[in-house]
Amino acid sequence: MKGDHHMILRVIAKCLIPLILIYAFYVQFHGEVGAGGAFQAGVVLAVALILHSLVFGLTATMRAVPPWFTRALSAVGVLVYAGVGVWAMLNGGAYLEYQALFLEPPGGHDGQHAGIIIIELGVLFAVSGGLSTIFYALAGRVAEIRDEDW
Amino acid sequence: MTDAVLGGTGTALINILLLAILFVVAIAIARLRSLFAIVMLSGVYSLVSAAWYILVDAVDVGFTEAAVGAGMSTAVLLGAMLLTARTAKPEKPFSRLGPFIVCLAVGVMLIYATIDLPALGDPTSPANAGVGLTFLQVNWYDTGVPNVVTSVLASYRGFDTLGETAVVFTAGLAVALLLGFGERSLAETLRRSPQPETRPPSVPRDGDAT
Repeated sequence: MKGDHHMILRVIAKCLIPLILIYAFYVQFHGEVGAGGAFQAGVVLAVALILHSLVFGLTATMRAVPPWFTRALSAVGVLVYAGVGVWAMLNGGAYLEYQALFLEPPGGHDGQHAGIIIIELGVLFAVSGGLSTIFYALAGRVAEIRDEDW
Repeated sequence: MTDAVLGGTGTALINILLLAILFVVAIAIARLRSLFAIVMLSGVYSLVSAAWYILVDAVDVGFTEAAVGAGMSTAVLLGAMLLTARTAKPEKPFSRLGPFIVCLAVGVMLIYATIDLPALGDPTSPANAGVGLTFLQVNWYDTGVPNVVTSVLASYRGFDTLGETAVVFTAGLAVALLLGFGERSLAETLRRSPQPETRPPSVPRDGDAT
């Protein structure tokens, strides 16, 4: 009977986690026209992961999203962001000058849109990966202590 | 006319209500000793202040406060709390006197400073009349992004945002370097128990992936 204690919690969490993920991507891709942006979307993604680990246990979450993946994601995010700057420099512009991405004259907006979307993806990766790494570091340590001491 | 007056009164009432809740929660946090209750109340504090930010039209700030303050940092603080004791140590009498005086002095100074602040939404305030107005005027030609917050964050101040992203990455890296990546517990659990011993095998699987 012990495993049944949190059944309602599990069922509700199973319904909620996909909604949270969809909301995170909504916030991410509507950042240009609405409130929020990549920072908030990254936090919401990390919160979905935390909810999963609170309800289903840290081990299940670490199997689904391994810790090496979150920290690699964080580093890749910063690299993607910085890479857009280098891309602009290779085209002869200043660092992070989106206007230079497609060598547009002033008033052209393709480079701005592409640059903003790519750097927001980088921010999403960095924030969600970084916060998940922090959570894994804290929560993983608790489980370790609990197993040995209690 | 009456609509405007009633609307203003309603907003003022909600303002007062939210700020009163904030005040009560802050007092409760200061007086409680149980760390679990304090962590939960700080989440409540963040959520109420997020509602208040949205009331004063700072939607992005409110959103961030709700996601980071109420969601993320509550979870992280809970994880950190599990690493330490569950209750704070009892204090000696009068040990709060110094912090109380400091808080009182800072509060009085802040209230004194608000006298000079422009009214909410004042079009002639420096924030609305100076560089903010310039951004609103040139944004559409420069970037073609409808949300000025996004274009300022990502385009005009791309360097700032790159720095913030690097800060988040560095924070994750620092915590992981200090506390370990959390993989030892995973390896430990996987090695020792293919079936977790807390759950009898008769219980049907619930997607736990164990």
